[in-house]
Amino acid sequence: MTIRPASDRSLLISFGDEISLRAHRQVKLLTRALEGIRGVLNLHPAYASVLVEFDPRLRTHSAIEDLVRDRLESASHAAEMPARTVEVPVRYGGESGPDLEDVARHTGLSPARVVELHAAADYLVYFVGFSTCFPYLGGLPAELSTPRLSAPRKHVPAGSVAIGGSQAGIYPLASPGGWRLIGRTSLRLFDPQGSPPPLLHMGDRVRFIPVPEDRA
Amino acid sequence: MISPGIQTTVQDLGRFGWAHFGVSAAGAADPLAFRAGNLLVGNAENAPALEMTLVGATLEFAAPAVIALTGSDFGAGLPLWSPLEVKAGETVKCGATRSGARCYLCVRGGIGVPPVMGSASVHIMTGVGGHPLRPGQVLPIGGAAIRRPRPPARGIPEYVREGLLRVTPGPQAEWFGGRWAAGSYVVSEESNRMGLRLRGPAIPSPAGHMLTEGVSLGAIQVPPDGQPIILFVDHQTTGGYPKPGNVISADFCRLGQLRPRDPVRFEQVSIEQALGLLRDQEQWLYSL
Repeated sequence: MTIRPASDRSLLISFGDEISLRAHRQVKLLTRALEGIRGVLNLHPAYASVLVEFDPRLRTHSAIEDLVRDRLESASHAAEMPARTVEVPVRYGGESGPDLEDVARHTGLSPARVVELHAAADYLVYFVGFSTCFPYLGGLPAELSTPRLSAPRKHVPAGSVAIGGSQAGIYPLASPGGWRLIGRTSLRLFDPQGSPPPLLHMGDRVRFIPVPEDRA
Repeated sequence: MISPGIQTTVQDLGRFGWAHFGVSAAGAADPLAFRAGNLLVGNAENAPALEMTLVGATLEFAAPAVIALTGSDFGAGLPLWSPLEVKAGETVKCGATRSGARCYLCVRGGIGVPPVMGSASVHIMTGVGGHPLRPGQVLPIGGAAIRRPRPPARGIPEYVREGLLRVTPGPQAEWFGGRWAAGSYVVSEESNRMGLRLRGPAIPSPAGHMLTEGVSLGAIQVPPDGQPIILFVDHQTTGGYPKPGNVISADFCRLGQLRPRDPVRFEQVSIEQALGLLRDQEQWLYSL
């Protein structure tokens, strides 16, 4: 673990510089252990690090560093919470997945085989970030890895199920985006008008369930 | 709301505790002017208020109110940094800015909008907390005043000074060496509340293995083209570009007042210096 200041109000705590299950477990433990602490404003988990933003009027870098070491130490003795599995129904291809044919061409597979492989895999939500509840999913079968678009789309519809390099993800809200869209779900990952908790959390397991065009 | 100008939103000091779901804090772009305005009208410093950008709003008051205009001079013909009484039926008309990018209109009692996820701040791209205001919208005045209005502010900090931004080292500072901060830049037209894009001498992008990581407000990220982007209040919560520096908390107010084509340069300071400057600012606020 390395701890260094990222600004006059934040510390970056890193668990190596590779994507691994081991680093993910540390990130998850630390994020849970620091939630709701007075003076800690925001936690930004990622693949192998957590950025801790604090109120510099209430906390110092060294106090936060001590807190991180203490909480991580006591959290590492606690039993790991069982992972939830969230099933995500997906309409693949067609208007819902305009890039399915391109992914098939790039990977040398048939579109049906792309769908089959994508839906057979077991995904892990490494973290939720970027812009509003975007889940970064590990577990994409290596055969499906496809580079991002050279120029991002201006409009990606909400619920788009996408591949970006070796990563998989779901666009929670309509936004610009450069990942390849292979399908769409009608599950709402997040409702900005309400205050329900977002659907997917760090550490959840995700399965994609193919459904016919007129459903999901 | 008769006319909202270019972009008027309701803001408070931000929506905290949601970054691990990818929701950044948003909140007032110039927190110093925002907090001062609220303190002047007798509100708690976090009461929802209006943030106007470049061209201000025209508002008709259906009921008497006490307001304060803080931040930049938007030509309303009213004293800034001072509590003002407005009678029922009166109109406050702001125009184009004569100084920086943002002017705040704080009203005694706060703007009475319901909080979303604990905050009234509008995050523009996602619509969390609402949207920029439109003509004809009626804004309720809340009941959140906590003390009497204050006397007009004295010794207003000269906080918009030739685009000087003080910075502390970012998480990848050692990749860049000390000279990255020497260039002079201008703020690009493509800047918004998500990020301030700068144009100027390219900062050489160092080679290094970079995994997407959490990013903080005011982070200076350097994409491959070397043109720095300062992450601003509606910023993404994670990113994959290296960051040589981070604007200090005491200069967030300066970020909030930068307009397109304004000059920007950096000065490197230590974290201890940055916290000292923040303390000075807090002392001024609590003298109001």
